[in-house]
Amino acid sequence: MADVQLNGRFVGTVADAKKFVESIVTERRAGGVSKNVSVHYSPEIDEVHIENLGGRLRRPLAVVNDGKILLSDKEIVGLEKGSLSFTDLVSQGIIEYIDSAEEENSLVGFFDTEITPDSTHVTMHPIDMFGLTTALVPYSNFSTTQKVNTGSKNQKQALGFYAANFLIRIDMDVNLLHTPQRPIVKSIMHDLLDYDSHPSGQNLVVAVMSYKGYNMEDAIVINGGSIERGMGRSSYYRPSVAEELRYSGGLLDEISIPDKEVRGYKSEEDYRMLEEDGIIYPEAVVREGEVVIGKTSPPRFLSNLGDYQLATTTRRESSEYLKHGEKGKIDLVVLTENEEGNRLVEVKMRDERVPEVGDKFTSRHGQKGVIGLIVPHEDMPFTANGVVPDLIFSPMGIPSRMTVSHLIELLAAKTGAMGGRYVDGTVFDAEPQADLRKELESLGFRENGTETMYDGITGRQFQVKIYIGDMYYLKLKHMVANKIHARARGPIQLLTRQPTEGRAKGGGLRLGEMEKDTFIAHGASLLLKERFNSDSAMVPICEECGLVAIHDSYKNRKFCPVCGEDGKIEFVEMAYAFKLLLDELKSLCIYPKLVLGDRY
Amino acid sequence: MKLPPKIKDDIKDATANLNVAQKKIVQDMVEKKYARMRVQAGECVGILSAESIGEPGTQMTLNTFHFAGVAEMNVTVGLPRLIEILDGRKSISTPNMEVYLQPPYNKGKDIKKIANEIKEIKMSELISEISLNIADSSLELSLDKAILEDLELDSKTVKTLLTKKLKAGFKAELAEEFLIIVRLSEKTKDLKELYRLKETIKGVYVKGVKGVTQVLPIKKGDEFIIITAGSNFKAILKLDYVDPIRTVTNDIFQIEEVLGIEAARSAIINEAYKVIQEQGLNVDIRHLMLVADTMCVNGKVKGITRYGIIREKTSVLARASFETPLRHIFNAAKIGEEDVLNSVVENVMINQPVPIGTGLPGLVTKVK
Repeated sequence: MADVQLNGRFVGTVADAKKFVESIVTERRAGGVSKNVSVHYSPEIDEVHIENLGGRLRRPLAVVNDGKILLSDKEIVGLEKGSLSFTDLVSQGIIEYIDSAEEENSLVGFFDTEITPDSTHVTMHPIDMFGLTTALVPYSNFSTTQKVNTGSKNQKQALGFYAANFLIRIDMDVNLLHTPQRPIVKSIMHDLLDYDSHPSGQNLVVAVMSYKGYNMEDAIVINGGSIERGMGRSSYYRPSVAEELRYSGGLLDEISIPDKEVRGYKSEEDYRMLEEDGIIYPEAVVREGEVVIGKTSPPRFLSNLGDYQLATTTRRESSEYLKHGEKGKIDLVVLTENEEGNRLVEVKMRDERVPEVGDKFTSRHGQKGVIGLIVPHEDMPFTANGVVPDLIFSPMGIPSRMTVSHLIELLAAKTGAMGGRYVDGTVFDAEPQADLRKELESLGFRENGTETMYDGITGRQFQVKIYIGDMYYLKLKHMVANKIHARARGPIQLLTRQPTEGRAKGGGLRLGEMEKDTFIAHGASLLLKERFNSDSAMVPICEECGLVAIHDSYKNRKFCPVCGEDGKIEFVEMAYAFKLLLDELKSLCIYPKLVLGDRY
Repeated sequence: MKLPPKIKDDIKDATANLNVAQKKIVQDMVEKKYARMRVQAGECVGILSAESIGEPGTQMTLNTFHFAGVAEMNVTVGLPRLIEILDGRKSISTPNMEVYLQPPYNKGKDIKKIANEIKEIKMSELISEISLNIADSSLELSLDKAILEDLELDSKTVKTLLTKKLKAGFKAELAEEFLIIVRLSEKTKDLKELYRLKETIKGVYVKGVKGVTQVLPIKKGDEFIIITAGSNFKAILKLDYVDPIRTVTNDIFQIEEVLGIEAARSAIINEAYKVIQEQGLNVDIRHLMLVADTMCVNGKVKGITRYGIIREKTSVLARASFETPLRHIFNAAKIGEEDVLNSVVENVMINQPVPIGTGLPGLVTKVK
């Protein structure tokens, strides 16, 4: 007697559990029971579990009966012709979805050849155990799981041809690779996904060697000549949007060149790119701080509006302008209306991004790195045939990470490039390395992919053969131009008078608590003081009462709010944040009396 | 230059068969080296120690238990243990002792017997069954004969022990060999009392060293020692077969209580150094010595917490900048405390040079 549980709830018992399970499975294949039902018997606890709720991970498998696959050539022909669909096969019980529990009762073959009389299922292709992007990693069965995983994650960050109608689209923060290429080494997933119509990388000539230490710690060295010929070039698009909002009282935003009387007027210089309608023109070259759409808004509080004031003087400036560090050309100007009928102006800015030191590139195997050096074409090493690599990859990235697929792709793509064909690198089902090597040899290369190379600077032959070939490299969306940040002086916070935080606000880089400790540990006391005096202030202090006094610099008058004019008032240098602390103590009814004295 | 006595003695030993002139040369060289190795004035030893212990601490593995031979006997190691030591916790998570024995016991004589004598035996271990007789309102305790013989006890002594621990109103009597019956007196016929009594009886101390829950005799080098789980330093040192000089516990407060503050300081250094060594990290022992000195300087072990050494700081601002600022400020305001701004944190707060390193020396010339 086995217990039967439906979705984890006891519903009854059956005498012959195995027969019971079998009958449900047969019925499900026949269509009598929903295809979503999974059933599974665990002999160790003698329980039958039937599940039909959501949230179970299931995968499709071809059914095997008595050592025979139900999926025959007839069905495959039907699928090819289009007279049959995948769903038809599922409803016919030729393919079924199995959840992880039911798989415990199944014997699933990997390939047709592995089928035994006991087999219950066979995978249609081993690639179906991977997700879409993971299946794009060629030869991934040769690498560790983690690296295949990172490789697939990196592909999601790659620049490519993201949408065919990109010219008329307005997307936030997108990149477009200028000359994307199809990968030479591909998997069947590339064909299934129609990857050729939206590729996101380029086939580069990669040499595995070091270059004067500029590619250590995962850096890569890039051929400057290749960059000049357009390798890794991309465009960065960013829209600015302005809407003529309606406010209560019939007031309106106005898109126009702001009047000079308007509050918050920048400078004439910043508005020079605007045409008469207050909107910039396509192909205008803009820099940071320059206005793209001129706009003014009515004042925030109507009560401020006196009768005699002119309308323009009370309006606020609310233009769209380029933020800190941005530059580019205006790509597209769209004038339209939104759902509420408000006038809407959208301006798309484009910036060409040429690869520079610090930009991130990756192969499809989790071997990412940033550009460490851009070498002029003439200084790059070259092969006996005169081939100059586009990219130099450090061999030190291989042993600890064990990304063998990276090495195989290099060899496979080289064979493909020289043989003028694409190479199939599908997981578990790729072209064998031995065949590729043989083909490479027949093409006149050394079968192990190495070549004699020469130093580009001295012209001397390297003592070792260099592993060189082609690889599909991706440019990732992390570019220094979006991240570079430094500050010598800039905006401060109103409350603490300390520098603002964050790149967008032109903020400082915080020297925190632990960094402070390192200064102290060095005994660099005065350097520490200098670092921390960003909010240094001369505060007038009354010597009588030890509280912060008032200095009226306009009348050049000093007085203490407690002791009056008589108190002796001295200026004391202190952090403004400390003055704030004193104020907060006062608000707690604590009297923070400062006792002044000479330091020396 | 005054050399520490330890170095002086070392020189004396090393230069025993040299003549006076040679001795002088050695003396001068040692003094020169010693002077050079001294910490310079204004060197910020505190933060250096903190960073030198703290940074390797970030690399400590999270495997916090370590088994001393058997699976049941585990010892806290790694970061949790280090925190425990430096915080000056009164009760540590895994107290244990290494009991060294006097000869001839250290060669293995009666080692099993000694180990059993050290182990604390509670009543529950002697009783094979407790049955509650509701009608009679009594507890029937059947004793395990084999265990009693093992421990060289008899039913009578057990009964006497039990009687001592019983509250008024209960009465224990030996009904037959290996059966003790505890009865409620006539007045209080409360069954709840009986249930409560059952638990009390289980916890009654019979023999051994209180607090020692497990013993494990092992061979260390060429002698036998006993490792215990649970620590009772005071009691174990009183046993005459225990070597009181080498026996140690990992409970710093017990060491402080029994051997005094200097021993506690050494214990802190040893225990902390052991943790760091076990993790394969390399920290100079002088950093730990400084920490231990700071913890023990007042004659009592104080942890590096806001209740310990931070409380001892003279500066209000320094205390407030550590933890619970409001409480420190309020308490300072209540008694009108003054902060003379002599230390590091206060001066960082008001943006003045900290009196450390280059900020330490003052101006000798008088400013007009």
